Amino acid sequence: MYNAVVNVTLKKSVLDPQGQTVLHALESLGFKDAKKVRVGKYFEVAIDAKDHKSAEDRIKAMCDQLLINPVIEEYTYDLKEAR
Amino acid sequence: MKATVVVFPGSNCDSDCFNVMKDVMKADVQYVWHKEASLPKCDLVILPGGFSYGDYLRTGAIARFSPVMKAVKDHADQGRLLIGICNGFQILLEAGLLPGAMLRNKTLSFICKHVWLRTDDTNNPFTNKFKKGQTILIPIAHGEGNYTCDDATLKGLQDQNQIVFRYSSEAGKTGEEFNPNGSRDDIAGILNQKRNVLGMMPHPERSSEQVLGGSDGKQIWESLLVSVKS
Amino acid sequence: MMTDEKKITPEIIKAHGITPDEYDRIVKTLSREPNITELGMYSVMWSEHCSYKNTKPVLKTFPTSGPRLLVKAGEENAGIVDIGDGLAICFKIESHNHPSAIEPFQGAATGVGGILRDIFTMGARPVLLLNSLRFGKLESNVTKHLLKGVVSGISHYGNCMGIPTVGGEIYFHECYEGNPLVNVMALGIMPAGKIVKGKATGEGNPVYYVGATTGRDGLGGAAFASRDLTEKSKEDRPAVQVGDPFMEKLLMEACLELPETDAIVGMQDMGAAGLTCATSETAARASMGIEIDIARVPRREEGMTPYETMLSESQERMLIIVKKGKEKIVEDIFKKWDLHAVQIGEVKSGDRMKVYDHGELVADLPAKSLVDEGPIYIREEKRPIYLEEAQKLDLSKVKEPSDFKAVLKKLLSHPTIASKRWVWEQYDHMVRTDTVFYPGHDAGLVRIKGTKKGIAVTTDCNSLYCYLDPFEGGKIAVAEAARNVVCTGAVPLAVTDNLNFGNPMNPEIFWQIRQSANGITEACKALKTPVTGGNVSLYNQNPSGAIFPTPTIGMVGLLEDIDKRVPSHFQNEGDLIFLVGDTQNEIGGTYYLMIEHGLQKGLPPRLDLEVEISLQEFVLEAAREKELVSCHDLSEGGLGVALAESCFGFWKSLGAVVDHLELTVRKNAKEILREDALYFGETQSRVIISVRPSDKESVIKRAQQHGVPIYQIGKVTSDDKLQIGERISGSVSEFKSVYEAVIPARMK
Repeated sequence: MYNAVVNVTLKKSVLDPQGQTVLHALESLGFKDAKKVRVGKYFEVAIDAKDHKSAEDRIKAMCDQLLINPVIEEYTYDLKEAR
Repeated sequence: MKATVVVFPGSNCDSDCFNVMKDVMKADVQYVWHKEASLPKCDLVILPGGFSYGDYLRTGAIARFSPVMKAVKDHADQGRLLIGICNGFQILLEAGLLPGAMLRNKTLSFICKHVWLRTDDTNNPFTNKFKKGQTILIPIAHGEGNYTCDDATLKGLQDQNQIVFRYSSEAGKTGEEFNPNGSRDDIAGILNQKRNVLGMMPHPERSSEQVLGGSDGKQIWESLLVSVKS
Repeated sequence: MMTDEKKITPEIIKAHGITPDEYDRIVKTLSREPNITELGMYSVMWSEHCSYKNTKPVLKTFPTSGPRLLVKAGEENAGIVDIGDGLAICFKIESHNHPSAIEPFQGAATGVGGILRDIFTMGARPVLLLNSLRFGKLESNVTKHLLKGVVSGISHYGNCMGIPTVGGEIYFHECYEGNPLVNVMALGIMPAGKIVKGKATGEGNPVYYVGATTGRDGLGGAAFASRDLTEKSKEDRPAVQVGDPFMEKLLMEACLELPETDAIVGMQDMGAAGLTCATSETAARASMGIEIDIARVPRREEGMTPYETMLSESQERMLIIVKKGKEKIVEDIFKKWDLHAVQIGEVKSGDRMKVYDHGELVADLPAKSLVDEGPIYIREEKRPIYLEEAQKLDLSKVKEPSDFKAVLKKLLSHPTIASKRWVWEQYDHMVRTDTVFYPGHDAGLVRIKGTKKGIAVTTDCNSLYCYLDPFEGGKIAVAEAARNVVCTGAVPLAVTDNLNFGNPMNPEIFWQIRQSANGITEACKALKTPVTGGNVSLYNQNPSGAIFPTPTIGMVGLLEDIDKRVPSHFQNEGDLIFLVGDTQNEIGGTYYLMIEHGLQKGLPPRLDLEVEISLQEFVLEAAREKELVSCHDLSEGGLGVALAESCFGFWKSLGAVVDHLELTVRKNAKEILREDALYFGETQSRVIISVRPSDKESVIKRAQQHGVPIYQIGKVTSDDKLQIGERISGSVSEFKSVYEAVIPARMK
């Protein structure tokens, strides 16, 4: 078993109205040091795979086919063997 | 005209589209459940509004994998007519039948109200009864109608007159104050390159009878009737 | 019988909100001590929320019968009214006040989910929603947070379900600080002969659990709603459930396929008190026994005890009693919608409700003891001391303002009176393509496809009136709701009520409950609008005191011909404006007095039911004869606000010149009329109508025939000007801009 953690954010080129709103809210709460906010999504996926390489192939395929929309989103992932 | 309304789990404008086809347009219309692998032979397929799969993950993201979508794609590939309204538009984008993607409204909240649209293309089966530049009053009801695409895609849409409707004033002026959701280039509805697939956020089925406050949207159905007959 | 490890101590009994007397009652019923699961079941079923133990003696006084009623109040999950053409409507209002105070988004969302299940559980397709909301002052950040959360929660759930929110009301007042009210009303339509009962009839019939899985969310929610809110309540957060409108949409579609099949005998939603309530109520209504094994209940969490499983208030779940031999039909329907449908037990003869866990008996009690045999209390009542001072108002000390225009602007920009567009544009109010009158009208109006009919609906309650005089306030809530419906041309049919009050153990609060209920009873009897059911929400108080008494009335009316509908706003230039009904020096309890003079005092306006009936009959007849171009009720802010609102049309604004006030209304008044009373007083039983000049004579004649005073006061114009008497003159757009601006500006 492998546990994948996927983080999805809007591409840098895409305007993020949620992120901007959160940034403004932080500013109004006095967090003037907050300079930039991007809001994203987070997935935890348990994958039944024989080795790290095949788990990696599967999580990439899942992201590309369903978890993200490549027109507006990008992702990073972290994969660990479950103990 | 023979029309088919596709029903996804979570569709909620399916019966509205069905009723307009049947009661207002007197068309021959039927529902198709999303688990069907094929469509009845028909002139027009409607992907209705709603919250397919609860809008979970992304709007339209899961519905595009419904068994019926392969048949919908075939229908479009054969040059027959396909319209996606609101969530139907979002599904068309996720399925790649139209270019671009949807973001949350710039206000971050759901908006339901009447807006003015300017008709910027009439050379297609959906708006052939409109005058170019004609404005219509029509309701929107969505939380994610903020259309976006990259520069190259936008240029393509503009150059090939694929942008059918833009948010505008009653007089046809565009600008931030007339755009309810922040969509790029004030886009409210676009065509595919073959011009047989239309995706639009506003709801023509909600403005096809005077008793509901207006019937500007009815012209879209009337245009389709002309296209099908010719 | 498996005895749970947990020993029942007096502390545990107390923690369940069970009094020593009530505990003795349980022991007597069982002829033994209850185990913890049984104690939990009694505690939720005997809570005020489920048993109405404090209010039943009061609720009994409501008129509950009428020629059109197919199901009476209390018999089923919601009342059902026959509307002809083989159709019936089913409607109910319910509160989700306490959950919304803790978590406004989910609290309001699950409130919508719950009331919709009450409707489709009876076989009716929900076609509209309304909500009646109360918050503290909009200046406060807490209020803004609550308003934002509640509105997005309602929007999230209602929009996804595809049920339009067509109307409602919102009040902002400091008495609701920290204790907002979220009352949600739903209405559904069904074939009159296809009512699904919440009854477990037929020995041997299988009992099915359908819908979402069961988790620990919402544990003891009903008991939670029946306690005072304190600072500590926030720590009870797990008591708030999370709603899944997508699941409910599927559940609704599947459940609405059932009545078509002849495969079921009963259906009941799992709302407050979850599985305990659904199983015991269905059995008790049918005078049968029921047995379930909770090991078969689909769970979302591991290690749940029988106690937790029986008391969970996880959302989007239903209980279905299937006809033996027809299980497959039901299972196939749920399979189509990808939903769980699991047999968890069956109907038994006798009266016992038995709960097993993997075959081991964990609860065994008479079903009726949970449902019908709970304690009933006749609480002590006492006229509140505050009334002495509050009802006093010396009008001679209330100085008439010098600038009436400024007062009108102040009223129009009070958040309670101001436009609620910011709110209702977040609700899908058009889906289903039946909404004919959008929010902002006196009542919402939806058509019924395939017929000429329309249904008009509204909610109403002026709680300031109820605070100053609960009896008159209760009466007015009913009369005004009926008047709002009548203004659209629809005939009022029936009422659902939501009684929101403070702690009933306080004799002064109980007096308020009793008086309000008496007022409702009197008005409902006179107006022939029986009460079909509703909801009671008590303990609405925070450390600084109780809310104003708020008996919210949901009123439903029938318009036989949708083409004879009457909008609330002026429509055509040149139409004549009439004020219908007499005006008196009624300033006590008005918004004018509160906003301009800072006083919440005096006796609220008096309501004469005979006068009200004459007015309503006149309006209905004139509407049927198509003589009314528009009709708008006078309420908070009186004539001034009503005239301004009449100009603010949905599609376009019009102007008005009202230059006959002196010669008509004031000249004919029974007493010397103060100017502020004329402009802003809230005398009841009045409406503004606009009429084509050609119909002038017949309208006047018709009013006279009904004995209703009618005064031609002005004319609709097409220019941007609103002139009222000699005191107010300005542009419609300047009044409209303050009316529209205030809520969006504060919510930025």
